[in-house]
Amino acid sequence: MKLNELTLKESIDALDKKEVTLEEIYSDLDTAYQKKNKELNIYLSVDTDALKKAKENQDKPLRGLPIAVKDNFCTKGLPTTASSKVLDGFLPQYESTVTKRLKANGGVIYGKTNMDAWAHGSSTETSDYGRTLNPRNPKHLPGGSSGGSAAAIAADLAIAAIGSETAGSIRQPAAWCGAVGLKPTYGRVSRFGVVAMASSTDSPGPITKTVEDACILLNTFAGPDEKDGTSNQEKAPDFTNFLGQSIKGMKIGVIYQDVKEITETNQKLLQELNILKEMGAQVEIAKAMDPHQAIGVYTVVQRAEVSSNLARYDGIRYGHDRSKFGNEGKRRIMLGTFTLTKGYADRYYNLAQKVRTLYLNNFKELFKKYDVLVSPTSPSFAKEVGASASSPMFGELEDMLLEASSIVGLPGAGVPFYRDEKTNLYLGANFIAPMWREDLVIKVADAFEKNSKWNSWRNK
Amino acid sequence: MSVNNTQVKHIAQLANIPITEEESIELADDFSETLQVVDQLKKADVSKVEVTHQVTGFKNVFREDIVKEEQSFTQKEALANAHKTYQGYFVVPYVLQNKDN
Repeated sequence: MKLNELTLKESIDALDKKEVTLEEIYSDLDTAYQKKNKELNIYLSVDTDALKKAKENQDKPLRGLPIAVKDNFCTKGLPTTASSKVLDGFLPQYESTVTKRLKANGGVIYGKTNMDAWAHGSSTETSDYGRTLNPRNPKHLPGGSSGGSAAAIAADLAIAAIGSETAGSIRQPAAWCGAVGLKPTYGRVSRFGVVAMASSTDSPGPITKTVEDACILLNTFAGPDEKDGTSNQEKAPDFTNFLGQSIKGMKIGVIYQDVKEITETNQKLLQELNILKEMGAQVEIAKAMDPHQAIGVYTVVQRAEVSSNLARYDGIRYGHDRSKFGNEGKRRIMLGTFTLTKGYADRYYNLAQKVRTLYLNNFKELFKKYDVLVSPTSPSFAKEVGASASSPMFGELEDMLLEASSIVGLPGAGVPFYRDEKTNLYLGANFIAPMWREDLVIKVADAFEKNSKWNSWRNK
Repeated sequence: MSVNNTQVKHIAQLANIPITEEESIELADDFSETLQVVDQLKKADVSKVEVTHQVTGFKNVFREDIVKEEQSFTQKEALANAHKTYQGYFVVPYVLQNKDN
């Protein structure tokens, strides 16, 4: 076994027991990078000083281990493009809170990963630097927008990774790549220094090999930040405390079983959830508000926030002018501008914000009865290369099952629940809980992962 | 609803996005397709609810109005990524032009 295939927890333990050295881990990782990165197009840039930095940090919690970071986190001295040519050559003069804390805890940024340009998409095909391929099956897409980070995990081109999500951008690529994605509650992780997309839903979080790894990584960067007015000022818990807990008696509602497009995926999930029953949880089908309308809410709200956030790119202080926006960027900025225009704001923007309230109320009701809700993460397996060109709504349709809970800020954990033997592609299950209750999703996702056979690192 | 390319060109101007005639036609189609999905929102009964702009419930988040040197750019840092500078200033395009020019 190559050392880049270790999980974060295994790496930390092996280093502490002096069974391996950082040099050996980095050497295996470098070899894998040389072999695979060109074909898969996962990293846009790598830090050639990573090993040197690693050795200076080996006594810290993350032991100097190599972490892949999505290219929309500002990293001082490392190029940050958000996969857009508008930011080609941009060298941030400051550090995002997430990466600052990651480094302070001994994490080393191995490189910056490809994504949909500006995080606009669910395929990593809209990157201005070429698409990333799915390491599980390179004829297929990795999902997105954090497709590079998810692919880095699936290809073992990092020990752990960081992504960001507004509605699916961590969990959907994690599902398509057979990895674990944890989207914290909105406000749990600082947005400072992340290239802004939709400010009312942007949530940075881990993409990892196991739920345990996600907790270890999240511990290093979650919590209050005075530089982000929407960050929760309460101290974040130690997320590893929720691992290995009993789920006996927990009430788990299975939602979206009535969504016609995903009958097959739904049936497979329902069958796998028997594992939770065997562990003593109550699992029953629950009726949630139709997720189709959430597509409309998310589309309107996200485009509106995009149009104002991306107004700052004028090519004067940094970056290039607005002619460099790709098709998807143009489309989203302009649709947002349109829905905020006088005469249409009520018809679209304000209506969407009201339907958002309906979802908020619906989840409140559901959580009176259930501790955790679960559904498939994505309607299907990873789509084939080229699929995102099929519709301007490609991303929204792929993220349909995540949008309702994302627009109301809920935390969610995605773990693999099925693998197709012919294609080697995965399906993911998404567990969600009320605001600030990451503990509940971690408990259930960890129990599911440890007691099912689908995690490829736990079941080698 | 559907959108035509004259509307698209107007929106492009508002958003300061340069687009070609051909793009405006394609974008009009894309907009119409997207708005068709969005129009499903009209089916919802929102007569009894207010808008939700943010979900944390935090109100009036303030900080002390203190300048922190470590959070501020030096002039050199502020200009580091600019393509055109002149004697320590950013160079910006003309907004107003002299009639004689």
